[in-house]
Amino acid sequence: MRLERRAQTSRRALLLAPVGAVLLTLALTSLLVAWAGAPIARAYLLLIEGGFGSRFAITETLTRATPLILTGLSAAVAFRARLYNIGAEGQLYAGALAAVAVGGLHGGEGLALSAWLLFPLMIAAAMLAGALLLLGPALLKSRFGVDEVVTTLLLNFIVLLAVSALLDGAMKDPGAMGWPQSVALKDELQLSRLLSRSRVHTGLLAALVLSVALWALLRFTTLGFEIRAVGSGPRAAAFAGMPVTAVGVKVALLSGALAGLAGAVEVAGRTGYVTLDMSPGYGMSGVVIAMLAMLNPLAVVAAAIFVAGMLVGADSMSRAVAVPTYIADVIVAIALICMLVATLLTQYRIRR
Amino acid sequence: MSEALDLVASLPFWVAVLRIATPLILGTLGVLLCERAGVLNLGIEGIMVAGAFAGWVAVYQGAGLWTGVAVAAATGAAFGVLHAALTVSLGLSQHVSGLGITLLATSLSSYAYRVSFPKVDRPPTIKPFAPMADLGLPVLNAQTPLTLLALLLVPLMAWVLMRTPLGLAWRMVGENPAAAEGQGLNVVALRYGAIACGSALMGVAGAFLTLSAFNAFYFNMVNGRGWVCVALVVFASWRPGKALLGALLFAFFDALQLRLQQADGGLLGLSLPYQLYLMLPYLMAIVALVLVARRASYPQALMKPYRKGER
Repeated sequence: MRLERRAQTSRRALLLAPVGAVLLTLALTSLLVAWAGAPIARAYLLLIEGGFGSRFAITETLTRATPLILTGLSAAVAFRARLYNIGAEGQLYAGALAAVAVGGLHGGEGLALSAWLLFPLMIAAAMLAGALLLLGPALLKSRFGVDEVVTTLLLNFIVLLAVSALLDGAMKDPGAMGWPQSVALKDELQLSRLLSRSRVHTGLLAALVLSVALWALLRFTTLGFEIRAVGSGPRAAAFAGMPVTAVGVKVALLSGALAGLAGAVEVAGRTGYVTLDMSPGYGMSGVVIAMLAMLNPLAVVAAAIFVAGMLVGADSMSRAVAVPTYIADVIVAIALICMLVATLLTQYRIRR
Repeated sequence: MSEALDLVASLPFWVAVLRIATPLILGTLGVLLCERAGVLNLGIEGIMVAGAFAGWVAVYQGAGLWTGVAVAAATGAAFGVLHAALTVSLGLSQHVSGLGITLLATSLSSYAYRVSFPKVDRPPTIKPFAPMADLGLPVLNAQTPLTLLALLLVPLMAWVLMRTPLGLAWRMVGENPAAAEGQGLNVVALRYGAIACGSALMGVAGAFLTLSAFNAFYFNMVNGRGWVCVALVVFASWRPGKALLGALLFAFFDALQLRLQQADGGLLGLSLPYQLYLMLPYLMAIVALVLVARRASYPQALMKPYRKGER
């Protein structure tokens, strides 16, 4: 068996690949559903209904998709330039902490600035915190050749421990009856609801605008061209006179800032304060979403909604039939692997 | 400070160091083998979880402890073969495939645990490996046979890699697969073998946690140990002996931070938040990476998919 590169990739294949990957995933996971002893058809119906089948389901899915779009974009832009940022989880928490540090009610007061000034300051602080956190690994990679996957992965643990220390100490909410949660964000800084009787907030609009902006940046700007060039071959890009190191730093800042923003948006749009469990692995899910979207920022939106729908749907399914909620994580992991193979098959054909 | 010195000089401290080092030794040897054959295996974090679960569940169902270890190794090897299919046969990104394996192995373990034990308040337990009390060697007689196995595997791995035709072939496909092919070696089969064996070791590394260090399976019990192993391989410049040294050094700092947390007043009489101590091992891993990175001699074909006749 060997692989032969296709002369061209058809548009139809690019559209069929994700559909085929998702269908194959659901077929494979049906074995696990059967193992848990649940009727497969009913379980899947409940899963899809729970994720997309009602107004409540759809709004919950969109709420969950909002941070996922941002971490997905963060991974997509970094992976485009072959910067394997697996640290979005840590960057998200860094952003959330920075947001509360700027916009929180410290001792009941907070910074004495008008909300018009404080809000952009809060967002900027969150993006800066995420960006700086990724700048370290990016510089270690370009200066010393340290693999950024390992450093960003290890930084996730360090940041989570730092968050835990701050929630016990400097940023602890004294009114939380001993729960490790941070001081709350000022009311006037919280994002407004997009729809009544739901938790969907204006952060979703920001995420959608950013996905279009990132797509345009990659497609139409010089930086976007450089990112794509570095991604398809750093040596060739360097030979063509591109500032490979500078592009890497810019990508790191962009990717880290997007993940940091995800943290600020979660705090300002959903929780109102930082807790240690505010992100159930949004960082790693972002990597999966970017791959499902074949690193296309517009497709990230669709992939994030799919993943969010699976997570929300699995919650409601597990209440009705005896299938553990972890099925959502299994579906997402298998979808990632199927999608990798499907993407490959759009570029190569298998020959005997 | 002298309190801390007393601790370091005590026997129980070194018992703890060797116990903490055991899964790191096994995992690091596993990563080392894969990378010597030219394939990065970031599946280790998940494979350790799967090995911990599969080994433990086999023993819980009534199998012997060594059968549990074998089940963990086989589970690891199975995920290794999947990783090999994706990275060797299909030539997919080794980073992304490895992360996919980690996600799959972790989520499958959680799912299988919940299906098997839908309603338990506290994790069910097994009777783990007992220390080898009649061994007659200090420090080592407080360890379980899996620690001895890990220590014996270090010279074995060094011997296989450096002194046998198989080891030479593995190193060759990790350095220059085209030349290996020219010598009549089967690059694909050699890489499959290395990844399967390496992943089996990762599975056993996980099983140490459930069958020796603890007696139950917890969801977050691996907690980044797999990623630390990946860092330790670079620190060890892909040599088994140095891998043992790195694992012991890392375990030393981990045991030290545990003791300092418990010691009154902590380090130098400062009462620091305990999380700072917990950070120490992860920080050490990053520092170690930076220190050796400049001199690191990566296997030349690491992370490069090999396709016959394609340059």
